Amino acid sequence: MIEHFVTPPQWEWYIVWYFFLGGIAGGVYALGAILRLMGDERDAPVARLAFLLSLPVLAVCPVLLTLDLGRPLRFWHMMIDSRTFGLNFKYWSPMSVGVWVLLIFSVFAFVSFLEALASLRSGRPPFLRGGLARAFVTVGAVFGLFLAGYTGVLLSVSNQPIWSDTWALGALFLASGLSVAAATLSLVTRLGRHEQSSEAKLTRADRYFIILELALLVVFFVSLGAAGSRFLAPRWVALWVAVLIGTLVPLALHLSTQRRVPAMLAAVLTLVGGLALRMVVVFGAQM
Amino acid sequence: MARTVGFFTDTTLCIGCKACEVACKEWNQLPGHAPEFGDGYDNTTQLDEQNWRHVQFHERTTAKGGVAWSMMSDVCKHCALASCMEVCPTNAIIRTEFDTVYIQPNVCNGCRDCIAACPYHVIGFDEASGLARKCTFCYDRLQANLTPACAKACPTESIKFGDLTTMKEVAGARLNQLRGQGMSEARLYGDTEYGGLHALFLLTDKPEVYGLPPTESAVLPSRNNARGYLGTLVTAALGVVGAVFAFRERGGKE
Repeated sequence: MIEHFVTPPQWEWYIVWYFFLGGIAGGVYALGAILRLMGDERDAPVARLAFLLSLPVLAVCPVLLTLDLGRPLRFWHMMIDSRTFGLNFKYWSPMSVGVWVLLIFSVFAFVSFLEALASLRSGRPPFLRGGLARAFVTVGAVFGLFLAGYTGVLLSVSNQPIWSDTWALGALFLASGLSVAAATLSLVTRLGRHEQSSEAKLTRADRYFIILELALLVVFFVSLGAAGSRFLAPRWVALWVAVLIGTLVPLALHLSTQRRVPAMLAAVLTLVGGLALRMVVVFGAQM
Repeated sequence: MARTVGFFTDTTLCIGCKACEVACKEWNQLPGHAPEFGDGYDNTTQLDEQNWRHVQFHERTTAKGGVAWSMMSDVCKHCALASCMEVCPTNAIIRTEFDTVYIQPNVCNGCRDCIAACPYHVIGFDEASGLARKCTFCYDRLQANLTPACAKACPTESIKFGDLTTMKEVAGARLNQLRGQGMSEARLYGDTEYGGLHALFLLTDKPEVYGLPPTESAVLPSRNNARGYLGTLVTAALGVVGAVFAFRERGGKE
């Protein structure tokens, strides 16, 4: 086992919320894109809702990241070398990659948001149609998925015990991000009045995401090995229980019934579980 | 005047006087934290944004049943392959003309990625300035052709300063001398770790006793890039397949 002596970086609530909301923004966009590409015409309203949702959630992310900096006004140093004024990009540093992905993805999220907004009025997409539209949302979805997952890789590419002892964090955050995104989308869908069929599709998709997340939780603990014993302290056990409730209960509800109240409960529990997962991973390694 | 400098800290000569800590704080204008009084002589406790030298005190039982007290003045290792420098997204952390690792205070934006990367517990976050801070190897003194404050102040020459190649020779000779005197537990740390450290240590116990990762643990953060992204990629593929499968099924079937 690798043994390091690392000072915790004091990444706290801003980062936890960024990981959570980044997962929702990226995941919701990807789901919207897949719904648009693979769904039928009845799914169009929910796909549009996904694009309407992604941008506002995404907009919070850079604010959180900037506030977390010791020198918020120097946020641009992430992108531009403040001495040479050339571009800063280090493909081997996930934080550097993430900043660019965040920036590029926000262009996709912005265009898709405008398009969804316009189509809300006119009933059909205003400027992106046919193959171009499909290609656009596909590329956007790739960046969205990256945003939902790279945050785990960012933690792993360090020497911090727990984070750097596993390779599964990016995968785990992505699976959880997709699940949380599906839950967010179905929650908002149910608060409004959309097609029943789209809701059922989201619920079905979330089943797969939850199963994927549960499998990755096992992989996460197996890859940690003895290092995982750190999570045996009562406060971390409590958060892990929240993670399990946020996955197992929604899965059971998805499998058992399609009634309105349990479905909303499932979505809320999924959101709570997704937040608990990021809390326990971020705080658990540092305290 | 470019040159490759190094420290050689000989723990067998350290008397725990902390002159290095004081000299460092004086020269670098570090106010320091309020001391923490535990059950030992160590009230500095760790390297961080205020403590760029830290004298560790280790008490242990010897093979003959006696008590050995070893002290080590810890410092930034200025690694040839530096974890902090590797992850720094702003390029605030640079290698100087002296081959040392330096955080440019006018570039750092306080993201703290370097803190999670340093395997030696060296860098601390300074709340007052909002910056990550650590030993500069007295960059300003080096530029004026002066010896770093800690090495200058050390009364027993436990901390030696010079060209790195010279330091390696001195360290090797000292190791041979101690081993010749029967001190079989003496060992050198820093010759190979992270491409070779610019702060070598002569130890009388295992590295991890001094908070130094064992040689086989001296690995860089970037080791986790490929497998981390690969796992994420596979998950993305599985997730997309799952979503496609779910969305293509005829709606309202259930």
